[in-house]
Amino acid sequence: MSDAFLRKPFENLERQHMAVSFGMWVFLVSEILLFGGLFAGYSVYRGLYTQGFLAAGRETDIVYGTINTAILMTSSLTVAVAGRAARAQFGRMAWRLLIVTFLLGLSFLALKGFEYREDIEKHLVPGAGFALAQPGAQIFFSYYWVMTSVHAIHVTCGLIGLLRLIIASRRNFAWLAGSASEDATALYWHLVDLIWIVLYPLLYLVGRSHG
Amino acid sequence: MTDTTFVPQPPLDYLHDGSTLRSWLLTTDHKRIAVLFSLSITFFFFIGAVAISVVRLELLTPAGDLVSDDTYNKMFTIHGIVMVWFFLIPSIPATFGNFLLPLMIGAKDLAFPRINLLSWYLYVGGAAFTVLTLILGGVDTGWTFYTPYSTMFSNTAVLPAAMGVFVVGFSSVLTGVNFIATTHMLRAPGMTWFRLPLFVWAMYATSMVMVLATPVLAMTLLLIIAERWLDLPIFDASRGGDPLLFQHLFWFYSHPAVYIMILPAMGVASEIIACFARRKLFGYSFMVYALVAIAVIGFFVWGHHMFVSGQSPYANVVFSFLSFMVAVPSAIKVFNWTATLYRGSISFDAPMLYAFGFLGLFTIGGLTGLFLATVPIDIHVTDTYFVVAHFHYIMVGGSVSAFFGGMHFWWPKITGKLYPELWARAAAIAMFIGFNLTFFPQFVMGYLGMPRRYHVYPPEFQVYHVLSTAGAAVLGVAYFMPLFYLIWSFRHGARAGANPWHAKGLEWQAPSPPPHENFITPPMIERPYDYRPEDVATARDMP
Amino acid sequence: MSGFRLTLPEASRNAQSVDIAFAAVFAIAAAIFLILFVLLVVFAVRYRRGAPAAHAPLPKFLSREIEIGWTVATTFLAIFIFWWFVGGHGLPPRNAPGQIEIHVVAKQWMWKVQHPDGAREIDALHIPVGTQIRLVMTSQDVIHSFYVPAFRLKQDVLPVRSTELVFTPTETGTFHLFCAEYCGTQHSHMTGEVVVMTPADYAAWLRRQPHGDTLVHEGEALFDKFGCGACHSPESQVHAPKLGGLFGSTVALQDGRQVKADEAYLKKSITDPRADIVAGYAPIMPSYGQYADGEDVEAIVAYLKSLPKEGTDRD
Repeated sequence: MSDAFLRKPFENLERQHMAVSFGMWVFLVSEILLFGGLFAGYSVYRGLYTQGFLAAGRETDIVYGTINTAILMTSSLTVAVAGRAARAQFGRMAWRLLIVTFLLGLSFLALKGFEYREDIEKHLVPGAGFALAQPGAQIFFSYYWVMTSVHAIHVTCGLIGLLRLIIASRRNFAWLAGSASEDATALYWHLVDLIWIVLYPLLYLVGRSHG
Repeated sequence: MTDTTFVPQPPLDYLHDGSTLRSWLLTTDHKRIAVLFSLSITFFFFIGAVAISVVRLELLTPAGDLVSDDTYNKMFTIHGIVMVWFFLIPSIPATFGNFLLPLMIGAKDLAFPRINLLSWYLYVGGAAFTVLTLILGGVDTGWTFYTPYSTMFSNTAVLPAAMGVFVVGFSSVLTGVNFIATTHMLRAPGMTWFRLPLFVWAMYATSMVMVLATPVLAMTLLLIIAERWLDLPIFDASRGGDPLLFQHLFWFYSHPAVYIMILPAMGVASEIIACFARRKLFGYSFMVYALVAIAVIGFFVWGHHMFVSGQSPYANVVFSFLSFMVAVPSAIKVFNWTATLYRGSISFDAPMLYAFGFLGLFTIGGLTGLFLATVPIDIHVTDTYFVVAHFHYIMVGGSVSAFFGGMHFWWPKITGKLYPELWARAAAIAMFIGFNLTFFPQFVMGYLGMPRRYHVYPPEFQVYHVLSTAGAAVLGVAYFMPLFYLIWSFRHGARAGANPWHAKGLEWQAPSPPPHENFITPPMIERPYDYRPEDVATARDMP
Repeated sequence: MSGFRLTLPEASRNAQSVDIAFAAVFAIAAAIFLILFVLLVVFAVRYRRGAPAAHAPLPKFLSREIEIGWTVATTFLAIFIFWWFVGGHGLPPRNAPGQIEIHVVAKQWMWKVQHPDGAREIDALHIPVGTQIRLVMTSQDVIHSFYVPAFRLKQDVLPVRSTELVFTPTETGTFHLFCAEYCGTQHSHMTGEVVVMTPADYAAWLRRQPHGDTLVHEGEALFDKFGCGACHSPESQVHAPKLGGLFGSTVALQDGRQVKADEAYLKKSITDPRADIVAGYAPIMPSYGQYADGEDVEAIVAYLKSLPKEGTDRD
């Protein structure tokens, strides 16, 4: 622990770490409100067009959705273990776990891309030639596209954060324990995961519970 | 640390600590970022002012004889968008908040200086979209972006305008996060929560609103963009969507946004009134609770913008009740400021004149809010000039008066120079008179049924419009005056000491202007507003 | 500067009650403002710097009691105004017998009005004094707002949905009609007049109007044109809900909800039939939203409302 990580305006490193985590928590609350606007609209329309939402929910690809859920949850685990490892001075292990997290996140995006291609082929983009006739189905898919793409942007931001950690610490694994960035990035990554855990039932499980 | 045997050279003040363009554009010093923000918002203030000048000139006559319908609509839209998001929202927080928050709590800077700089660049990014909107011919949706007009019918540059507001929103959010973290983590030892100046409390409450409300607006604008650009049916009624959902989401942000504008003004007024009455602020803890109560209740009153929208009449009753409730803490604050004057030793320097102006105009704005919370009255006067007058009394009479009050109060701290007092008092009085002449007639014509956003209007309203335009001319001159005499004083004004007002508060313990990390010796923490009226002998009068 | 005036005619029952509420709130607000203003002036003069006034601090308990006192007083005053002026007045008036139902369609940038006997007018509304009027309004494009200052009434007009305005004019005369919700380029030209006449004049005015079909007949013609009876007539082989006497009844839906068959429900069932599927029926009806515009739907709904309980045949 050297003062190399201490930044203006803090007097000691512990306080600085606390402040970075705290600031990230406040930012995450803001992020939840960002998706909150979407969840509110989704709920309103789900109430108005129950049948349409159930029918449309059956059209999303549950295989991709489920695999991606598993991938993101695993990546949350690896990033959490990486943090523990870094603090316990297992720097090399922490660094490798961050790479695993990064690759998992990347594969999430890749799978999402394949899923989008399939959705487009199945004419699930709202507009002329949309595949489903039920009222509300187009609205469901509007929300599907907006929610998943805003989430994908968040995954991308998380990946950039992870990449920064990986590059900054490539020659000095102790950096991960000293810098507050590891904590903040991990918190952000957990949020990305958490949002997905809400999106998964809203977009993939809806309509599938009773045939 | 320092050797006591020799006197070290005092550090350079923040204005002179680096003079290259790079040292300004890549600065992480909260004071320099505050200056960057104040230059940017001043620029947009004058853009918004030019736009509304066209509107006011057009309204001199009932016929549409100066500009076309479309130009008129674009002018009031640009006025609204620019004034709300590029002037009022950042006005006090991003300038005085940025400059003073670390000073007031005895910190060297905000918790995240680089994020603070990023806030300014996000503002510039949003501003670039707004300038692009102007280059592309403007936008005519009104600042409210109501669907389906904004998504399906307007032929103007809605996308860049919405993008601009979307981007500048993140500037707000990051500023809010920064302020909250700073207030929690960087208070000097001994600076307990209930010793914080009310300005800091106001920044804290404002930041909460910024962090919680702004993302909802961001998402709502994103949905507008998705519907207009990608043709996704979200609010389109002909494809099953609900345009009222847009209004709910929009006002969920935009009502609290009013508190983003007025809470900081309340903070500024508290500082000024206590200092120039030389009196401990009356009911400090109640003032704190009232600030927080306004911020919290303010989140649950958005439906009062929608009494005639077709929402359920039962919802109207609930939102009406909550709107009456938010009036209570606002009233308490007004009573407390008034009571602070009791047994004080009041001097009428320019900041105090602005604070008096704030008090009177905010009170009228607040009291006319009672009319609007009363559903049957609101049904008559909503979407008329009555509402226009009401929110200008709050946002211009309240916030902008306080902004100018703060500008004069802290000018010696920010620049190290004294402003010319006579000119400043004249501007304060001209602003007050011009403001009332502009907006009071609007209450009357609103009650008589003059709808807002009208390019042509029935001739019986002309006399009120003429009065209003005359007032706007006075107001325009009054707004230009500080621009000139403050620039003059920056170059030629007398040097100010560290504490020309003999004010309490840590910012006055730092040199004027403060050096890079603010305090040369650690500040002494006192109880807040420890003023004594009998100390008048030490309070100097400005020349 | 012609026609300058300081007062606005009170031309409906609602206008009188709004003005009373306005005057009362104004009195309260003015009283509060005056008290504050007087205090500000008195304090500013009496405690100006250098004035020989006492500067001693207040006793601690006193400030606390004052604070609690005005907090409680303000709260009660706020609740009082709410209770007095919102509590009973927030809800729309009940329907009175003899009510006249008039249909209004708003579009960029005009008001189209249709009277019950089929008479039509644009940017004007003729109504008899002393009779309760019910406006059923819808928009063909963006959101507009029907505003008559002399009645102190305003109601937004939404696309697809219909909104209502119920009032009783009490004075004859010609009054402004404004669109109060910004609706685009010519928003400020979307104005008209409301002419309140004596019942005799109104009857005479109606007779003078060129008569198109009445709304109900027009709706019947559209009902035939779109072939609604192919499924919905009692003789039809298709299993579709019967429409006679449907209006005002309670309908059980497939998903277990119970809805009242009001105008909004009927309209939605035409433009968006799969939103509310009646229990026991298949979701087979296509949407007519793209074929029938707002006025057509109004007419069809008017026709459906006129159907008696027995069946769809009125001949």
